[in-house]
Amino acid sequence: MFSVDLIFEATLFGILLGCFYAAVSLGLSVAFGLLDVPYVAHPALLILGSYFTYLLCKTGIDPVVCGVLLMPIFYVIGIGFYRFYHETFEKRSTDTGVRGLAFFFGMAFIIEVCLILVFGVDQRTVAASYIGSSLEIGDYRFPYRMLVAFGIALTLTFVLTIYFSKTFTGRAIKAVGQDEGALRLMGANPVRIKQIAFGIATSVNAIAGAMLIIVGPVEPAMDRIYIGRTFCVVVLAGLGSMSGTLVAGLVLGITESIVMMTFGASWAPAVSFGLLLLMLGVRPQGLFGR
Amino acid sequence: MDKMRRKVIGAGGAGLLASSLPSGMAFAQGTPVKIGMSMPQTGGLGAGGQAALIGLRMWVEDINAKGGLLGRKVEFIVYDDQSNGANTPGIYTKLIDVDKVDLLIAPYATNVTAPIMPMVKERGLLLMGNFSFQVNAKVQHDMWFNNAPWGDAKGWSEGFLDAGKKAGAKSIAIFAAEGEFQQNLANGAREIIKSTGWNVAYDQNYPGNNTDFSSIIRSVRASKAEAVFVACYPNESVAIMRSVNEIGLGPQVQIFGGGMVGLQFGPVMQGLGSLLNGVVNYNSYVPGMKYPGIEDFLKRYTERALAAKVDQLGYYLPPYNYAIGQMIEQAVNATKSLDHKRLADYLRKNEMKTIVGPISFDKNGERAKPALVQAQFRNIKDNDWDQFRAPGKQVVIWPSSEKQGDVITPFDKARKAT
Amino acid sequence: MKFATYSSLLLLGLLGLSVMGGVNEYVFFAGFVVLQFVVLATAWNILGGYAGYVNFGVPAFIAVGAYTAVVLFKSISAPLLVQILGGGVLAGALGLGVGLLTLKLRGIFFSIATVAVVFILETIVNNWRYVGGATGLQLTRPADLWFFDSYVRMLFFVMAVLAVMSVAIARYVQDSFLGRGLRAVRDSEEAAECSGVPTLKIKLIACTVSGALMGIAGAPMPMYLSYIEPSSTFNLSYSIYALGMPIIGGTSHWIGPVIGAVLLATLQQIVTVTVSNELNVLIVGVLLVLFVVIAPEGILGLIKKWKQSSK
Repeated sequence: MFSVDLIFEATLFGILLGCFYAAVSLGLSVAFGLLDVPYVAHPALLILGSYFTYLLCKTGIDPVVCGVLLMPIFYVIGIGFYRFYHETFEKRSTDTGVRGLAFFFGMAFIIEVCLILVFGVDQRTVAASYIGSSLEIGDYRFPYRMLVAFGIALTLTFVLTIYFSKTFTGRAIKAVGQDEGALRLMGANPVRIKQIAFGIATSVNAIAGAMLIIVGPVEPAMDRIYIGRTFCVVVLAGLGSMSGTLVAGLVLGITESIVMMTFGASWAPAVSFGLLLLMLGVRPQGLFGR
Repeated sequence: MDKMRRKVIGAGGAGLLASSLPSGMAFAQGTPVKIGMSMPQTGGLGAGGQAALIGLRMWVEDINAKGGLLGRKVEFIVYDDQSNGANTPGIYTKLIDVDKVDLLIAPYATNVTAPIMPMVKERGLLLMGNFSFQVNAKVQHDMWFNNAPWGDAKGWSEGFLDAGKKAGAKSIAIFAAEGEFQQNLANGAREIIKSTGWNVAYDQNYPGNNTDFSSIIRSVRASKAEAVFVACYPNESVAIMRSVNEIGLGPQVQIFGGGMVGLQFGPVMQGLGSLLNGVVNYNSYVPGMKYPGIEDFLKRYTERALAAKVDQLGYYLPPYNYAIGQMIEQAVNATKSLDHKRLADYLRKNEMKTIVGPISFDKNGERAKPALVQAQFRNIKDNDWDQFRAPGKQVVIWPSSEKQGDVITPFDKARKAT
Repeated sequence: MKFATYSSLLLLGLLGLSVMGGVNEYVFFAGFVVLQFVVLATAWNILGGYAGYVNFGVPAFIAVGAYTAVVLFKSISAPLLVQILGGGVLAGALGLGVGLLTLKLRGIFFSIATVAVVFILETIVNNWRYVGGATGLQLTRPADLWFFDSYVRMLFFVMAVLAVMSVAIARYVQDSFLGRGLRAVRDSEEAAECSGVPTLKIKLIACTVSGALMGIAGAPMPMYLSYIEPSSTFNLSYSIYALGMPIIGGTSHWIGPVIGAVLLATLQQIVTVTVSNELNVLIVGVLLVLFVVIAPEGILGLIKKWKQSSK
């Protein structure tokens, strides 16, 4: 029943899906991977990005452009979040573990519930010329919405990788996770650096949210399944690795696509969480981690 | 977002209406008759639920204009269950114990009704069913009466499968969500499929919240099935039609559809537009069918629906919800009581007259004579509400008593047909 | 012995309430939920408050309790108490498994792993026809009501007994050598290990007990609703409640979760009756964030400060 053709097509679709997963996890990779902030609210902010995109889109602007336009707003939100977290938790060192986690967990739920109160539980979608048709290559069909998301994902990963390796701030962000003291000696203020990093991580959520609603309908409770997918990608990649995030995303995407085809869509949620658990149990530092 | 307002309107709406009635109308005995229910007004079923609610409110107004039930004003209490079955047990417990309603109506749809069936049976309460499918099969409550025009799965899928066979299809693909309704229907269809010699090329169940059907549609295409039977709920129907359009099913498919809920809702039809063409799906009423009083009802309904910004066509649910009210009215007036046992007895033994024709019940509380149709969407254009009002857009292909035309096959040809 | 006296008096009082005529059934329907949260909050606190391991996977344990009860009920028509016992045992076993995870995982990694357990179990249950799968299962309550007027009243009293029992267990853990060890682990696991505390053993005990109690809270649910289905049983909102209530009440003493649960759950039930469902989550979420930021010791801490300042 499973022709090579089907598996091949599922793999190709999995690649598209995987790049999408990698892109939505990039923000978490920075916030959690590099900065060690227990940013459980990341998926909720992702969904928030989708809803903002939905709102902006109503004015007729293309969803991708909406996402880009929202990035500065989310940047500011990210900085705000980090400053609050830093003042309240990181500075006072006692018991930060439980309280920091509880704080972000609480924020995630508050965001989700506010979305329900404002928008209701209905699914929301956006319309664009490339949503609804596919690219036909022989007997294969590649939905354009996936191709667009794929393109954005690659661009994003590329830009971030360059940023983190070539610019001073970028390299400082990578350094602050490893050795704060050394960074201070180099004349950079670690708190400011972390702030910028968090801002970047959250602004990535804006465009990632736009991608999410392009790829499919969005509803407020979706942040829960995305906790699994994004953390799976980040843990699989290993904390602190940007290019690792792309590879990890691909692994997750392809696995999910093939499992969906062979065992059925009912098993899809277990894939990301199962891979996550497996990785945590066997090799917590991930595939490429430090 | 408008839940608060809706609840207030729900509870106080009848009160407002009463105060605006002509002064000649007086209600004997102060205490109103409370009729309570939850209705999915948001979530996947919301589009249908909101339309259905207008049908019910129209009945409440009509009955109060006539003097109410047993001379008492009818008060209508509605909550929003958000299309989520987990909410209905709590809501109905509230209705029974806190709001202390006299009569209960079930929420629209199987998946939100199933959770409350054991509870109403245990407490010995009459429940007026609202478009559920086989939800009483396991519980066997003897005070359940379902307004829906279908009986069992055979009556439902028979027409579809017959049409497929006539068009020469030998292999079939079937996929359904893992919800109570979808599984009830799909399992019934699977039995018929087995006993009538079909070759099953693909058979899958998927989780109810699935939004991406590309892998399923791809697999269906690869299986080269010649007929495709789908049992799904509104959100899924929309996603599936989009996916079919995106990926395509292949030229060998003769007939597609069968049990897709949601393609009967006005907003969904208008939103999908030309994507609907060719689909053969079930319905309860399409223009061209003759029921006494239904055209008047639809005219009145459209006025209110336009004002409320809800499905302005109102074909699928509103007339049947109005019929629930009519059945309550007839039973209460005949037995002159609100006693659930006596009402249930009356409903079991008598045929009710409603705007969707006569309704009588079998021993399970389902329709004794099914009145379901299978119709094919043809020549639908994008962004046009009014096109649906004239016959010819949903051509009834089964049963023969309501037939308006022959089914066009294969599916690809039907999509382009005019 | 004061605890035993007060709790017995409380139980007698609740028993009296359950057999009294003229009390609206809804009081018991809502009261059951409040008592259920007392058990959940107390159970969570044994691991989260005492040891500092944040368990986000509360629904997994509740669901194991509930679905074990369903299987026992469906297969051998097990009576309620057997269902509860079975649920507790299996949830405790899950707790043990999760406890073994703590060998390798700390902080957020442990918490994320517990979330993973929820989704994986949910997916398995979704595909398990026998207990209804994703569709859910309708259940008929047995006729046996003991001496109560209705099934809900009986469940209310049973849950009251379970609540008192869990608080007694938490109190015992807190005051025993287990409690001291857990506090040492919370303050610094390495230091505890170095000073000879058998950290693995006590973590495993805490996880098992915590899990078992959550399973016990979940086991009566199928009978309570006469219906069970995965998405509401595995609802992640349980995590925010089970962790919010102790944090708001105060995590250092067993009375904290009780205060938090009684206050919040009662508020929630009032809100549900009069307004909406979403507000439940919002109330707990906002209060949680507020307390975590401003009053990390919870209500207990505020009481302590107020007592000190008024001296």
